[in-house]
Amino acid sequence: MTALLQATDLWKSFDGHEVLRGVDVDLAAHEVVAVIGASGSGKSTLLRCLNLLEPIDDGRILLGGEDISDPRVDADRVRARFGIVFQQYNLFPHLSVLQNVTLASRVVHGVPRRQADARGLALLDRVGLADKAREHPDRLSGGQQQRVAIARAIATDPDVLLLDEITSALDPELVGEVLELVQQLAAEGATILMATHEMAFARDVAHRVLFLDAGRVLEQGPPAQVLGAPREERTRAFLSRFTG
Amino acid sequence: MTTRIPSALEQDRRAYRTRQSRRSVLVAIASTLVFAALLWVSVLNTPGWAAVQRAFFDPSIALASLPRVWDGFLLNLQVLGLSVITVAVCALVIAVLRTLPGPVAFPLRIIAAGYTDIFRGLPFIIVLYVVGFGIPTLANTRIPVVVLGTIAVTLTYSAYVAEVIRAGIEAVHPSQRLAARALGLGYAQTLRRIVLPQALRKITPPLMNDFVAMQKDVGLISILGAVDAVLAAKIEAAQTYNFTPYIVAGILFILLAIPTIRLADWYTARLRRREQTGSLI
Repeated sequence: MTALLQATDLWKSFDGHEVLRGVDVDLAAHEVVAVIGASGSGKSTLLRCLNLLEPIDDGRILLGGEDISDPRVDADRVRARFGIVFQQYNLFPHLSVLQNVTLASRVVHGVPRRQADARGLALLDRVGLADKAREHPDRLSGGQQQRVAIARAIATDPDVLLLDEITSALDPELVGEVLELVQQLAAEGATILMATHEMAFARDVAHRVLFLDAGRVLEQGPPAQVLGAPREERTRAFLSRFTG
Repeated sequence: MTTRIPSALEQDRRAYRTRQSRRSVLVAIASTLVFAALLWVSVLNTPGWAAVQRAFFDPSIALASLPRVWDGFLLNLQVLGLSVITVAVCALVIAVLRTLPGPVAFPLRIIAAGYTDIFRGLPFIIVLYVVGFGIPTLANTRIPVVVLGTIAVTLTYSAYVAEVIRAGIEAVHPSQRLAARALGLGYAQTLRRIVLPQALRKITPPLMNDFVAMQKDVGLISILGAVDAVLAAKIEAAQTYNFTPYIVAGILFILLAIPTIRLADWYTARLRRREQTGSLI
């Protein structure tokens, strides 16, 4: 299995504070990988570095064999091949739900309005929000907004879907509807890299779990092994805080 | 933290970026030179330019007119200095009145709203005529132009600045008021300690903008007959049949505005850095 996304030895620091200290990540097509780790362990930074929202200080990122960390590469074109969903949804408040979903298709990919709208409505239907298409995001619940954000991220058929703690800002009773949607996407063969605190969900959906600690990948492997029988002491200590 | 030696790959990338930025500098220099050459050929090298230079940019006339224009400029500065204080106070009061809640404050809100509507719509020059000639006539005494000018500037600019402050007050998220009231702070305490400090931070760029506009508009008090920078320049220009003194006065106003403009730019950039933590987009 060749890797669709392969990052080697990523380094990133903010104002002298080293957040990523030599991270290696690879992701095969149709693979679902969960990144776990404490707050500040670099999960979000890792995702943002991968789709070039943050410039890396060192390392190499290959997407489909192409070195996207090369400064000669058009970063906008690379980002268009990723879909990302943020913790705080980041929907555009001045656009309707449908416009949020179709924006990239129309503006970046030049899809004609009618076609983009049809596809957007189909996507909204699939996330169960077809009736909200004309509403603005502020009329929706957190779970609904996050489902719209997911629809927006997959509207352009990205090669890789990045999910950055997408349920952390949600009320507990709204978490289920979002995770269910992610599970469907995974079952349909989407390539997903997700930072998450939902250990049970990672166990069910991910093919592989990666434990990030102090800017390094400390341990990785099948969920049953990393979450069930971690090899590293620090992984055990981290997980014990979740199971209580 | 130990300093790490970057990988060969990263060193290549850095070398590439350095080459790129060096190339950008060269391109910028080349394009500037070409542009300067074009300017020289199309403007400076024409026969008419010498005449323009004599009429507007005569160094000896500039030097000769500078003392009187400078004396006049000091009058503009006085009006400006006083107006900054009066505008700040009046605008704040009007803005607070306009945002007062409750049915009792209804007439105050109406008055404040009416005031800002009228004085933002009224051309400043009309205010200046009415105040500058009307008030002395009414009072039947001579009133210094510094006072009259300050009154006129305050009437007009308080309306603009009040609206900016009101926008800032309304832009502070309601949850901030809730949190302050929940702690037991009263309406006025919440306004003074929580809402206004945040509002002023948000509106600093537009406030600076109004301040620069005000710096220029104090030049209009010359129509009241006071020998400010503009009138002094006019007198000098009439004596020499040369327009250089106007340019001298103009340069003084520009020099006055530049620190404010730079300050506003710097402050806005700082705010942006604070709000967008460490992202390049």
